[in-house]
This record gives sequence, C-alpha cells and structure tokens, in this order.
Amino acid sequence: MTLYFTREHEWLRVDGDVATVGISDHAQHALGDIVFAEVPDAGRSLNKGDDAAVVESVKAASDVYAPVAGEVVEGNAALADDPSLINRDPEGEGWFFKLKLSDPSELDGLMDEAAYREWVKTL
Amino acid sequence: MEDEQQTVAKLPLDQWHRDRGGRMVPFAGYEMPVQYADGIMAEHLWTRENAGLFDVSHMGQLIFTGPNVDRALETLLPGELMLLKDGRLRYSQLLDDNGGIIDDLMATRRGDHFYVVVNGATKAGDIEVFQKRLPRDIVMDHMKEQALLALQGPKAVDVLDAIAPGVSELSFMQGEGFRIADTPAWISRSGYTGEDGFEISVAANAVARVADAILADERARPIGLGARDSLRLEAGLPLYGHDLDTNTTPIMADLGFSIGKRRRVEEAFPGAARILSEIADGPVQKRVGLFVEGRQPVREGALILDGEGNEVGRITSGGHSPSLGRPIAMGYVAKALAEAGTALKLEQRGKLFEATITPMPFVPHRYHRKQGA
Repeated sequence: MTLYFTREHEWLRVDGDVATVGISDHAQHALGDIVFAEVPDAGRSLNKGDDAAVVESVKAASDVYAPVAGEVVEGNAALADDPSLINRDPEGEGWFFKLKLSDPSELDGLMDEAAYREWVKTL
Repeated sequence: MEDEQQTVAKLPLDQWHRDRGGRMVPFAGYEMPVQYADGIMAEHLWTRENAGLFDVSHMGQLIFTGPNVDRALETLLPGELMLLKDGRLRYSQLLDDNGGIIDDLMATRRGDHFYVVVNGATKAGDIEVFQKRLPRDIVMDHMKEQALLALQGPKAVDVLDAIAPGVSELSFMQGEGFRIADTPAWISRSGYTGEDGFEISVAANAVARVADAILADERARPIGLGARDSLRLEAGLPLYGHDLDTNTTPIMADLGFSIGKRRRVEEAFPGAARILSEIADGPVQKRVGLFVEGRQPVREGALILDGEGNEVGRITSGGHSPSLGRPIAMGYVAKALAEAGTALKLEQRGKLFEATITPMPFVPHRYHRKQGA
C-alpha cells in the first residue's frame, strides 16, 4: 500500500488498482468543525479534477476533487451520520470514497507522504 | 460585513489573541480571531453553558453631548430615547430618508450624554451621517482609544461579579460605571448571543489586564467571531450587512418592537411615512427564520422558492446550529409566505432543500429581566 498526497490536501491510499481518498489532517484543521459531508455513489465515473465530494465546516463549504480518474467503488456511508469523523481521524476512518483507478500512471504526479508533510510546513 | 477598507487594522488585544491561539482573519477592517484552539463548535457550546469572552473592540463607541441630545438623536433613530431612563440602553437603528437601515446600534442614556455603540464595518459611514445630520450644537466624540469586551453565558454574572462587585444587580439593558482590574469600566447587562451577559467598555491600554482578570476564572474562555455568529443566529438576532442593509426597514426586519408607541404617533423619524404604512399594511417582505431539512448548511445568498419554484426571497444568514445539531437560516420572504409552518424550498448551488418557516429565536433567550425593568 502506498500513500500519496495532492496540493489540494487530499490523500490517496493505493492498494492494487483501488485508491481510498480523503482529506489530510492539515485540511481538516484548516476547515475547522465539519458538520456535513456528501460523498459520491458507487458506480460514478470521475475524471481527474471533477467535483467528487462536498465537505462543509461551520464556516464554509468546500469541494473535494477527484485527484485521479476512476470509477467510485464505495462512498464512506459513515460520514453522513457522523461528519466529525473527518476531524477526528482524517487520514483513517474519515475517508471519503474508494476509486478504481482508470490510469495508474496518474499517480506519478502526486507527492509521497514525506514530500507532502515537508511542503505543508512551508504554507 | 463588507470590508471596504484597504488596510487591516489591529485590535488593542491583537497579540493577546495570538498568544491564546486565535486564528486571525480580516473582518470589518480589523484582524480578528475567528476561533481559538477549541474551535467554533466547542466555543459556541461553552458560551451557552458557561461564560465566553468576546473582543468586540472593532465596534464604534460614540458619545453625544449637547442640549436636548435625546430629541436630536430621535431625528435619526426611531427608538424611544426621550423617555429612556438614566443608565438604560435601547436597541435602535440609524435610518435613511427612505426608512432603510444604515446601521443598527445600542444607545444608552448616561447622565447628560448618550453613549452609542455601532457596528465596526459601518462606523465610518455612521459618523459621517451623524455629523451631517445632527444639529451643530450636538457634539460627537468617537472614543477611538476605548476597547469593548463582551462576557456572555449563564455563568457570566458570577465570573464578573467576583471582580466587579455589584454587576449582578444590573438588569437586562441597564448599565453603570464600575472598577475592574484597577481601571474604570462602563458595564452594561447586554450582548448579542441570546444569553445573559455583559458588555464592558474600558480604555484600550487596560483591556489586556481586564481580559486576563476575567479569564483567571476557569469558567470563562475566549470565544471567536465564528461562534459569535452562530450564537446570534440561534438567538434570531440580525447581523448588519447580512440580514440588515439600506434596502431593509425595521418593519421588514421584524424589529418593530424597537419603535416606541410615541414615536409611531409623532411620525418624526426618517422614513416614517413608509415605516408606518408597513406597520399598518405589512411589509412587502419580512425577515423570518427557517429550519432546513437534512444536515447540509444553507448559507447567505441561497434562493427561497415557493411550491411552484418561483423565487420568493433570499437567505441572508444560515449555517449549522451547534446547540440544535441541525441547519438553521434566516432570510426574507414575501409577506404572504411568512407564517410559521409554511413549507418552502431553498436552492443553493443548484441543489434543492426543504425548509419550514420557524418562529425565532431558534434557541430561547435567557436574558436577566427583573420585574419592572
């Protein structure tokens, strides 16, 4: 399993040809208390950069983009009842959706964990 | 509130906020703490259960002095000021000639003068209006070196009375001079959260000492702008620049309670003809509260639709209610649809939401009213 990050503060945990996608600890901290999340349904086909999910904190609404192309195999149903999971465990139980990759080579352009953690410190 | 100033000013407590983990954002021309480390939700609930300390030093504090100052202010404000007793506050609005709200404010009779607190984002414009429209023998002083704190919540009275003995004797909308942390303070029992609480006006160079003295009590914590907004929304209180502007009148905004009986009879305030006709016939649009179905917040700017999908108004404030655990909103709708229980639809970013008109406040007020006060 390999962990990747985007400059939009999403993470992807890749296992075979399926990537689990969520937002980073930095992102949840910046958003503040999350009160709503809407994740895509299984079967939805996403192009890289498409609006994939919505996350709303007390203060503002944000879109979560598909970091790579693929077909949604599962959305995290637990977030509907308990969106604060994203604050409590953003890079674990607070995942958003799982995506079957269309083009694994798209992962090449993403940051690895060490590079992301270093980059975030500079923000 | 709209921020039209190019430069962002610093509050007297700027460093104090940063030292306490305040996340600073531009608001009303100042850098202000939107939240501290605990976050908006925890700060909101803390205020409802304990005591929250807010820095509202961005607001404008004005003193008006001169002959018949109450009568002079009444030419611009529809509130009953002539009969206002010494040491009493009244909520009112600065109106334009069309009855539109230039700002909303608190006016206090303090001996021979009036002490008026106006919104931060609008204070420069208000000052111009007052200067232009008040008689020349009324002198206005903008107290730029004065800071303003608010301590709100059910435990505010015990926290403050321990360091400013006697404040517990004040009733809602009453103020008096006290000493706190060795500095003179004007303290009133008022605020904008729906809770019992106080507003504390002190010299800017003493405000850190006062804030520290309050927070020495562990029942009090610093609270940011984010929770201030969700608290006032739950309390059904309108925020200038969002729920109120020059296109709204006090009657449209459901603030008719603030226009005294004598003022209605005498019809001597800006826009009186329009406002009185709105009192008699109802306004074209009216500010209402809405419960939104589901969990997703519906925010300022969303459209309000009737059963046939026609636009009948707009949301002016909306968000998650931490106390109720659900989205709430306020907005303006056509008079015929303003009845409690009316089912409407809201449209935000192309998505429809079910909503129901609901009486405000969403969370009951807990002001400290005494008999006869």
